[in-house]
Amino acid sequence: MPYDPEVRERLERDAKQIIARYPQPRSALQPLLHLVQAEEGYLSQDGIGFCADQLGLTRAEVTAVATFYTMYKRRPSGAYHVGVCTNTLCAIMGGDAIFAQLKEHLGIEHEETTEDGAVTLEHIECNAACDYAPVVMVNWEFFDQVTPQSSVQLVDDLRAGNPPTPSRGASLCTFKEVSRILAGFPDERFGAVDAGGPAGEATLAGLRAARESGAGDPWNSTEPDAYRMDRPTEGEGG
Amino acid sequence: MLTPVMSRYWDHPQSWTLDTYLANDGYQGLRKALAMEPAEVVQLVKDSGLRGRGGAGFPAGVKWGFMPQGPIDPAKPHYLVVNADESEPGTCKDIPLMMATPHLLVEGSIIAAYAMRASHAFIYVRGEVVHVLRRLQRAVFEAYEAGYLGRNILGSGYDIELIVHAGSGAYICGEETALLDSLEGFRGQPRLRPPFPAQSGLYACPTTVNNAETIASVPPILVKGASWFRSFGTEKSTGFTLFSLSGHVARPGQYEAPLGVTLRELLDAAGGVRPGHELKFWTPGGSSTPILTAEHLDVPLDYESIGSAGSMLGTKALQIFDDTTCVVRAVLRWTEFYAHESCGKCTPCREGTYWMVQILQRLERGEGSKEDLETMLDASDNILGRSFCALGDGATSPITSSIQYFRDEYIEHFAQGGCPFDAEAATLFAGAGL
Repeated sequence: MPYDPEVRERLERDAKQIIARYPQPRSALQPLLHLVQAEEGYLSQDGIGFCADQLGLTRAEVTAVATFYTMYKRRPSGAYHVGVCTNTLCAIMGGDAIFAQLKEHLGIEHEETTEDGAVTLEHIECNAACDYAPVVMVNWEFFDQVTPQSSVQLVDDLRAGNPPTPSRGASLCTFKEVSRILAGFPDERFGAVDAGGPAGEATLAGLRAARESGAGDPWNSTEPDAYRMDRPTEGEGG
Repeated sequence: MLTPVMSRYWDHPQSWTLDTYLANDGYQGLRKALAMEPAEVVQLVKDSGLRGRGGAGFPAGVKWGFMPQGPIDPAKPHYLVVNADESEPGTCKDIPLMMATPHLLVEGSIIAAYAMRASHAFIYVRGEVVHVLRRLQRAVFEAYEAGYLGRNILGSGYDIELIVHAGSGAYICGEETALLDSLEGFRGQPRLRPPFPAQSGLYACPTTVNNAETIASVPPILVKGASWFRSFGTEKSTGFTLFSLSGHVARPGQYEAPLGVTLRELLDAAGGVRPGHELKFWTPGGSSTPILTAEHLDVPLDYESIGSAGSMLGTKALQIFDDTTCVVRAVLRWTEFYAHESCGKCTPCREGTYWMVQILQRLERGEGSKEDLETMLDASDNILGRSFCALGDGATSPITSSIQYFRDEYIEHFAQGGCPFDAEAATLFAGAGL
């Protein structure tokens, strides 16, 4: 279904703003794809066509880019995208068990959506939170140190309309709303940036260990070799 | 031996705000830089010895120095691109850094852009971390409001625009030339070099791509000086850096320490390997760096020493695996990752990673043979150094290093017709009855 005229007009206004950020218009393609995904929750043919029109590209050119990246969805997706990290470290720490449990509990497979349209399940690659493994992402917010049991609770809460608070991040918004932030429009919700508060335990582990060990004050150190780590090479110093 | 510098106030209840940043010497480095000539800033970074923190360890100041000197051709403006597309398995340093202190990256970007006389800088951050994006967007907004970004910043006459660009899910975009193609609105596939980005980068203009942590290390160097920076680390691997401990360790997390610290020392600070277990293998810097074992606990974590030990320092992502871990399963999963993320541009990587997965799956099921191991080594030999970019090279690291150290474990799989390990015992919730 083509966009309603007023939707199209609004999207065109947003698109202009996105394109204006870049020295060359085509750089706006990724955020534009996020923008149309924010409208429909996936990349429809209309969305692809809209991006092509804005940049003077063919639909084929836009599709070639869109299909390269995993965050663009080619089928309608749920309100909550649940990504279970099953890259090696998370998999071993429990990600495999979590993913298996969720597939069974929800009765869906990788990249499928529950019938109520609430949850799309996916196994994802490393999401740069290995020190909080095993990690589950909901709409690209962190849920840290998840267990199979807590993952079931998590998706049950999502389906019941009680989205839980991420371990580090703002309260959950829908997949469409998140796509708008990815397009470069700030989260307008009051307090969203500050939500989630200070860094998590793992992020602070080194700082705390340094303080406990009386590591001194490297920032204000004036000692020339204070933190030098040169060691005699093997055979030299014994 | 820990040295929190970049992470020194991460526990502040509002560490990410401009106010907190200013209260901790924020934007003092920029003020110093703007009082210097751009070439002097490049020289200072060269003198500091700062090396790229994204994996390759190339001296940052030298890289900046590759940008064309002399008058800038208006048709060829200079660009800075900050690579915050953190995706190397095990690597989890830039994300917490940007979440806790986004202004450190913003200030570093402005200083670096000034040093290379760039008119635009981009922070290319992976898309799958929306809270990081929120804080970066806010930090950039605050910096514009405060006059650190935009036209004539701090009355210096220098104009700089900084754009936060969210990626869309592709590991390959962490490769600098693939990142540039992606930022230009194309599929993220690596480019043939030469020309290098410093001659022909973004929009075929002179461009420098630096890792986020490299850029975040710059403001402290401006504030405290090159010799202060060299008071950390070793002669050739200077400074402090974030070591990320994950996996079977009592207190996983970010440990900022001088280069040249050892894993044994870091593990001591982190409470050691999970109680009741022994270290089996570890990666020094993500899955693309050959695995090491307990015999390497005392190898200094600097570029030279880890290189001599047969691996690479990489991203300093120390993934710790204890004796409950099946190395074949670990390597299979990494290899599936490389096959999934191979961009498909070059044959050795595209086809090689695909077939390696087939063989490893067979091996893990206990249906492999000794011949399979030789086939994998042979295939690795045909991928390493013959691929378009480092993704293919990286894909061979876990395979060749695991066969080097754990050949017997592969054999055990097909000798007994299956995996000898209990996967549940390796989990975080082992024994909890979940």
